[in-house]
Amino acid sequence: MFKFLLQRLLIAIPVLWVAITIAFILVRLAPGGPFTDERAYPPHTLEQLQRHYGLDASLPVQYARYLMGLLRGDLGPSLTQGGRTVQEIITTALPISLELGAWSLLVALLIGIPAGLASALKPGSALDHATMASALIGICIPPFVLGPLLVLFFSLQLGWVHAAGWNTASDRILPSITLGIVYAAYIARLARAGLLEVLPMDYIRTAHAKGLHPIRVIGIHALKPGILPVISFMGPAIAGLISGSFVVETLFHIPGLGRVFVSAAFNRDYTLVLGLVAFYAALVIACNTLVDVALAILNPRIKLNP
Amino acid sequence: MKIRLSDPAKNIAKRFFQNRLTRISLVIVLLLSLGALAAPLLSPYAYDDQDLDLGPVPPQASHWLGTDDLGRDLFTRLLYGGRVSLAVGLAATLVALGIGVSYGTISGYAGGRTDQILMRIVDALYALPFTVFVIILMVVFGRNILLLFVAIGAVEWLTMARIVRGQVLALKDQTYIRAARALGFSHLRIMVRHMIPNMIGPVIVYTTLTIPRVILLESFLSFLGLGVQPPMSSWGLLIRDGARAMESYPWLLIVPGTTLCVALFALNSIGDGLRDAMDPRHQRAT
Repeated sequence: MFKFLLQRLLIAIPVLWVAITIAFILVRLAPGGPFTDERAYPPHTLEQLQRHYGLDASLPVQYARYLMGLLRGDLGPSLTQGGRTVQEIITTALPISLELGAWSLLVALLIGIPAGLASALKPGSALDHATMASALIGICIPPFVLGPLLVLFFSLQLGWVHAAGWNTASDRILPSITLGIVYAAYIARLARAGLLEVLPMDYIRTAHAKGLHPIRVIGIHALKPGILPVISFMGPAIAGLISGSFVVETLFHIPGLGRVFVSAAFNRDYTLVLGLVAFYAALVIACNTLVDVALAILNPRIKLNP
Repeated sequence: MKIRLSDPAKNIAKRFFQNRLTRISLVIVLLLSLGALAAPLLSPYAYDDQDLDLGPVPPQASHWLGTDDLGRDLFTRLLYGGRVSLAVGLAATLVALGIGVSYGTISGYAGGRTDQILMRIVDALYALPFTVFVIILMVVFGRNILLLFVAIGAVEWLTMARIVRGQVLALKDQTYIRAARALGFSHLRIMVRHMIPNMIGPVIVYTTLTIPRVILLESFLSFLGLGVQPPMSSWGLLIRDGARAMESYPWLLIVPGTTLCVALFALNSIGDGLRDAMDPRHQRAT
């Protein structure tokens, strides 16, 4: 296990470096810059700003400086949010996005797994067909369609919750559902497929035959191997939640990382964009590693390969 | 004497058309594509025809699906939007197909260390948050529609490369490939003439399933304001405009939203249908 984690870490470093380098090249190829505003700065102010942020140096020098800073754990100052550092911005916005992600994941698991279970226990039944049909529809409704529709219905028509914002507890409901429901649909399908493979196995029959309570048989003996596909799906799901957060946070005016990233990209805030790319890449790598560890714990036959 | 074998293509087609959901989906996709192609014939308006005196009106006889706040006919914009969305879907999928098939074939065929390195690169790329890069790319190079094809295609080729590599590894040791090698055919010829035609099945299936993913990604970008730019129209853009105006004019959101969902649903179920038809062992979830 320790060796596996170490190897993963060693692979993560070049991946992160590639991600940052690609992002650096991309943002720097961009026409315009962080100080291109509707009203142009006077030339000497612009010059001072560029000197202050080290943007007057040649690109390779800036690149080297950025990497050196990164090694020290310094992501630099934001170029457009007067005086705040990238770290500060990330640490303010991250808890909000994490909370949104956690709620969405909870929605996905709490709907997806019971639905998949119910389907798998009675394959071919009306319940199974209804569940799988809803899952199929759920997969085809992207968050940027579902979100506005939910707002239209639940806040504009019924007035139950706010249309936007992130202040009261009820403000969490619509964004989490918007972001989580697609994954609930995927998880329901995966859980059903996984369980259908496990349920006809001999050891399940044995467990039933030796008189174990059905809840114990299904909930422990069948569910553990049966949800392996769901666990494997968590890696891509986390990556999907990140891109979903761009839409959902913009849509509901949630001051999380997704919204920060989209506006940073629009404003060409180089350091903020790079910092977030590094952060997102590290997050995805970490989650994938966790998923692999979880799979290996749940299924001893799986060997941990870096 | 001639031995009559059942034609596999015919069998696939038969199984494909047996499924009702697949048949319905096929009709939906055909209708949407025809509508997009024949947009100028079906509608008396142009996609950017404004009628500011009229403003936004709900669906009625002269405007079947109503108009937006600039008085543009929604039905027309939906048809033209379908053009963009479907064209991006097809073009970007072709880009992904091209990259994925050549990369996967080369990797699997070369084998050994080359294969390992190439596949490690794919693994590493999988770990990158790709939408992040697409967003940067679109911001940086200013929402050029051609670039949109390339950017999306460049993101979606990874899985294709993996699938193709797996196929090549399975084919590589077949006797006819060894025979071709023994006959001294060039590697390129073996790959292009003998291997690629024999793995067409899984490739077609995955290609069909890539199209809705690409359409979704394009709509996602357009929704964020990074894809197709007004006054052009695409489904994602219409949804974005609709979401802004939904409080007073809900049809502007509901109509394009439903269209996109139905299109995604139909394309996905055609892909599933193809997979079931080509691989009868694989059973569809519903």
